[in-house]
Amino acid sequence: MTTQMGLNRTGAQVSPIDSKEAEAAARSVPPSSPGGPEDAARIRTDYAREAPLIGSVSLPGSVRGVVATAVQLLKGKAPAALIDKLGDRLAFERSGSRLYEALLAKFDATGSFAGGPSRHDLVTIHHEEVGHVDLLCGSLEGIGADPTAMTPCADVIGVASMGLFQVVTDPRTSLVQSLEALLVAELTDNDSWRRLIDVAQMFGQDEMVREFRLAEVAERRHLELVRRWLDNAAQLEVRGDMDENAEQVKAA
Amino acid sequence: MALDILRERGVPLERQSFNWREIVGHPFSKLDDDAFTRVRVILMNGIEMESVRFSHSFARMNRDLRRVLAEVRRVEHHQQTSVNWLLPPDQSTLETTIAYEQVAIEVTAAVALREPDPYLAQLYRFGLLEDYDHLYRYTALLDRLEGKDSQNILQYYTDVTPGRPTLVEHRAPRDDVRNSYDRRTAALVSKIHALTILSGEQQTHNFYANVGPLYADPVARLLYAEIDSIEEQHVTQYESMIDPDETWLEKWVLHEATEVYNYWSCLEQEENPRVRALWQRFLDYELGHLHVAIEWFQRLEGRDVAEILPESLPDPLEYRSHREFVRKVLADEVHLRAVGPYIVDPRVTPETPETLAYRERLNEAGSPSEGVAAGYQWSPGTELAKSAAQQQPTSQEVTP
Repeated sequence: MTTQMGLNRTGAQVSPIDSKEAEAAARSVPPSSPGGPEDAARIRTDYAREAPLIGSVSLPGSVRGVVATAVQLLKGKAPAALIDKLGDRLAFERSGSRLYEALLAKFDATGSFAGGPSRHDLVTIHHEEVGHVDLLCGSLEGIGADPTAMTPCADVIGVASMGLFQVVTDPRTSLVQSLEALLVAELTDNDSWRRLIDVAQMFGQDEMVREFRLAEVAERRHLELVRRWLDNAAQLEVRGDMDENAEQVKAA
Repeated sequence: MALDILRERGVPLERQSFNWREIVGHPFSKLDDDAFTRVRVILMNGIEMESVRFSHSFARMNRDLRRVLAEVRRVEHHQQTSVNWLLPPDQSTLETTIAYEQVAIEVTAAVALREPDPYLAQLYRFGLLEDYDHLYRYTALLDRLEGKDSQNILQYYTDVTPGRPTLVEHRAPRDDVRNSYDRRTAALVSKIHALTILSGEQQTHNFYANVGPLYADPVARLLYAEIDSIEEQHVTQYESMIDPDETWLEKWVLHEATEVYNYWSCLEQEENPRVRALWQRFLDYELGHLHVAIEWFQRLEGRDVAEILPESLPDPLEYRSHREFVRKVLADEVHLRAVGPYIVDPRVTPETPETLAYRERLNEAGSPSEGVAAGYQWSPGTELAKSAAQQQPTSQEVTP
């Protein structure tokens, strides 16, 4: 589990002769054309000026009964903003639940370390993330929106999260390396719940605000736990005690 | 040690089998394994892809052989998966692209050095300088898009400088069709070389065509589109080197011999014990396939396979840095161009009007490969490390 010294071949120091050769060659040949990174930036700017949107929020599908009342409540404001943010959170909580499932599989293979998560800790967080999925589905349905649709923010946060799954599901990464990925997720989660509460408040959605504040408290606790586990892991790593400690925790 | 391919029969086809856990093993390490392990994995994936695609085409044109081809092909397919799944998931698509170009440079250089036919050797050197330039362009992209150093992948075996500029590599189709070797007189090594490099270039063409649109960045999408077009030209060049008068069965035997040769070359030089074991297993499988192909060749064509295969294979392909050779080719031949089947000095024989018009049209709205590498010189740890060391603002910071 400890990061080890080994045969890493990526740097210049392990290839002292070849790296000098490569450096001298690169210095001896001028660039193929003048300019700099700003040329690529200009291409990006050109395309961005002309680009269509990544997608849209679908209009609420049902405007009958209670739903019609809910839509009425949103009148005067752009409902797309609320639906998009709810969709974003829903997508992230679904992905977060799967991330913790992947983390549990890793935990079952590697065990923990002193001051690290217990299986119960991880199961509890997973359970709360799934609960948030349910909460957000209900919130979207409550305003007549479709919780099965992928909103633009949901799509974009999915793209942003792609690397997290690559880290946690890679069998070669350690529990600690996986927790680093979880830290990214929990930091985003915390900020995003706060912003969603602000948006729901602007729409006068008091019931949502009340429920989301409870979710925010849970997410703050998740973040504190992940931070503490990583702090404890760093201390063990520095002392060189991680492997021995992991064995003891596993045996216990 | 020489391999007697006519006596060594490998594992019989009916005993070749897999389960999913064997097919999906642990990948090699992007950080700790030697770059040539990655080079071998990528090349062998290309070799297997070609064997599968060739077998499908063969089956579509030959009713009586469809069943035996399906049997051999299923094994080849699972070999391809086993090999390609050795690529590690922490290697980004762009890092894998860097490795593809290292394959194109180092393997083509090895082939060009050993090719006995001077015309074919010149064609390899010609293609080499184009792939060499692609490495420079993709290095600039990797640096300027992801902030990564391509030498983390290349491990300093391969230089990164401009080659024949990609923007002048665009040619009219007729200027990519070369003369073929003569199946009756060409050495086996020439036939194996042609199939090996064709396989590598074909998988590169397919890879870029598939992964290009996965990028969000228009600079990357443009560059993959442009270089993929050159890879299509390279497939055209390399397949035209192969004698079209070889019979289907003759081609099948040559494909299997090429696979045997390449697995054997990998086995001789592999350091990673797990990967080495896979090369050994698949060498034994390929010997089995070769003897199936030989049996059908002799039975249906009534010819002795000794007409096309000697007892032993050429020396193994050398997996090593060809830095000095590449530098020399660069210095002597970077200015050369292609006219019809010939590589020419444009000061003596100008390029065709068709090529000039085609190139001008493609590049009229700007050249992606020039745009990405404008002012780019590779330096250790990326160009940002160089700017930081000199405490200079990056050029984008000073340009509004």
